[in-house]
Amino acid sequence: MALIRAGFIAGVTAAVLAAASLSPARAEYKIGFITSLSGPASTIGIPYSRGIAAAKEYMSEIGGEPINVIQLDDGSDPSAATRDARKLVEEDKVDVLIGTSTAASSNAIAAVADELKVPYLAISPVSPPIADDGLRWVLCVTQPPPLMIKAVTDRIKQDGVKRLGYIGYSDAWGNFVYEGAKAAETAGALAIVANERYARTDMSVVGQVLKVVASHPDGVLDGGSGTQGALPLLGLAERGYKGKLYGTPAIVNADFIRVGGRAVEGILASGGPVLVADQLPDTHYAKKLSLAFRAAHLKANGVASADSFAPYAFDAWLIFADAAARAKAKAAPGAPEFRGALRDALFSVKELAGTQGVYTFTAASGYGTDERSLVLVRLVNGAWQYVP
Amino acid sequence: MTPDIAAILAVDGIANGAIYVLVAIGLVLIFTVTRVIFVPFGDIAAFAALTLAAFNEKRLPGTAGLVLGLAALAALIEAISLVRLGRWRALPRALGFYLALPALAVGAAALAVAHDLPMPLRVVLALLLVLPIAPLLDRIVFRPIADATVLLLLIVAVALHYALVGLGLLFFGPEGVRTEPFTDASFDIAGVDVSGQTALIVAAAIVFSALLYLLFDFTLIGKALHATAVNRTGARLMGIRPARSGAIAYLLGSLMAAVSGILIAPVNTIFYDSGFLIGLKAFVGAIIGGLVSYPGAAIGALFVGMLESFAAFQSSAFKDVIVFSLLIPVLLWRSIASDPSEEEIEE
Repeated sequence: MALIRAGFIAGVTAAVLAAASLSPARAEYKIGFITSLSGPASTIGIPYSRGIAAAKEYMSEIGGEPINVIQLDDGSDPSAATRDARKLVEEDKVDVLIGTSTAASSNAIAAVADELKVPYLAISPVSPPIADDGLRWVLCVTQPPPLMIKAVTDRIKQDGVKRLGYIGYSDAWGNFVYEGAKAAETAGALAIVANERYARTDMSVVGQVLKVVASHPDGVLDGGSGTQGALPLLGLAERGYKGKLYGTPAIVNADFIRVGGRAVEGILASGGPVLVADQLPDTHYAKKLSLAFRAAHLKANGVASADSFAPYAFDAWLIFADAAARAKAKAAPGAPEFRGALRDALFSVKELAGTQGVYTFTAASGYGTDERSLVLVRLVNGAWQYVP
Repeated sequence: MTPDIAAILAVDGIANGAIYVLVAIGLVLIFTVTRVIFVPFGDIAAFAALTLAAFNEKRLPGTAGLVLGLAALAALIEAISLVRLGRWRALPRALGFYLALPALAVGAAALAVAHDLPMPLRVVLALLLVLPIAPLLDRIVFRPIADATVLLLLIVAVALHYALVGLGLLFFGPEGVRTEPFTDASFDIAGVDVSGQTALIVAAAIVFSALLYLLFDFTLIGKALHATAVNRTGARLMGIRPARSGAIAYLLGSLMAAVSGILIAPVNTIFYDSGFLIGLKAFVGAIIGGLVSYPGAAIGALFVGMLESFAAFQSSAFKDVIVFSLLIPVLLWRSIASDPSEEEIEE
């Protein structure tokens, strides 16, 4: 009996395989998408997943051939991200990898992409490595972090701030923003007069705030993120600080406004143009696309887009689609040669408008955006307003 | 540093310290009665804050599922052990305590969640829902190994902390919460502005310390707890059940953890894993008191709060380094000052 059943299964499998190989060689693009649907990074990973859903809604085929996406959860764990990437490339034979929520996991995927020679579009800020074959297989969709901070420090100089106080996290991000501010320091024009740090878990920043206020700054740069980024600003308001406030894209979210309330009014931050899409001038490259993205996001997910993460995933899809259309001339999707052709095509993406920037990838760096990818926004009456 | 700044920092330090006082006293209470250094203490504080936030948003908090699961497990373990001993008559009472009471708290929460409740009632509900966690964990994890060494109990407690953090993520999700302040009032005390929230935190610390003092000195339960703390075997000979004392200690301890969690929820964003650092700093305070003395733990915890506040002003990047470095000289001094033979008797 068991033998008969085994024979039957084998027969069916053979028939299915034969049918599969006999079906016409129809091209189909396969995206392997890794994100954190669970674990601590899921606050970022879930919006990424929505961004991909919106992109599929917006553009589900390239030249009449469908784009398929296989989504895997990495649970916010770099080793799971590695496993996912291997599985997608070796078993599912995807043409490109897109992901994921944390820099650590994204670096883990980059290592796999380099080894297996698959193009990888990173949607977290990582520095794209060069593989052993001397080629880059990794491209980073986000703005390079120094650019995010430079956009703000340029404005600080322009505003005529002479004494800038800094208060930020006592971790890598806090250091990073501080170094960005330090780089903008110029003799006679701008001086950093306070460098105060606090931990994400701190209940109080009274000591740090007092020190900042005592240094009499004209402006304060906030190197925190999310709700905890509001903490020093609440303290500053309590101490009667009336000067200018500046922040990075890390504070641009709804929770920051909810917790900060009146104390964070007027803060100026940098961010992707999609954030204020409806206020952009009609001639702005991101306006039409961003509004289309929002409509697709609502249609695909049933919720309005309220974060700045989903657009990165959306842009990654656009970049892939742009390159894939050209790569198809050289090899058929699904074939190993297609991956190489796609890699070459990705590095010839030129002036491609997205929701977060205009992308031009060159072999010199894996980043594709420039100054145009950031706009300045000011918080007025609890909403972000575009500052031309 | 001007006197003005010093005064502001001192007020801030006392407010921080008062939170640590609540947690440190709870830690000492549980340690003296059960010899367990209850590492997940801070997690319970964080769970309380998350529970209150869920009530504020009219969602049934994840605590409900956690408590029901733990209650079912604890009741099962208790029932099996009673049946194996043949004590059938004790069964209804045990099930009532380990299953019906927690289920009642969850039921009350589930019924109340849809209604527009006033803040004090929401706080009470959150407390009710969080209170059963520690006693249930005690029944499941610590009761079967109650006579093990302090070191083994500590290691189990650390493992339990990690398990709870994982469960916290499962039940509460990765999002942080911050609740509305309980009061907008502020007072001017000797030229220093003190917010109502700070006053509330300090008042809670004083009230709970005083209540604990009254309990220990004037009630039979308190005396039984004290007796268990001093000598387990002796207490048992006098007719005190150490298991029952342990359950009461966990209940009282988790009340203090939950209160501190609810008090810090408006001051800081609380995530499912925020509790550990609060517990760790309170632990430094408790160590200064030698993990046995309540006034010692309270003074130690206040000292940690003050130190943190002044260190944040002097050198903010090294604040936590300064606080935790303090542990080394304190431990050295403790181990030199204490008589080592004392501990050997206990083992």
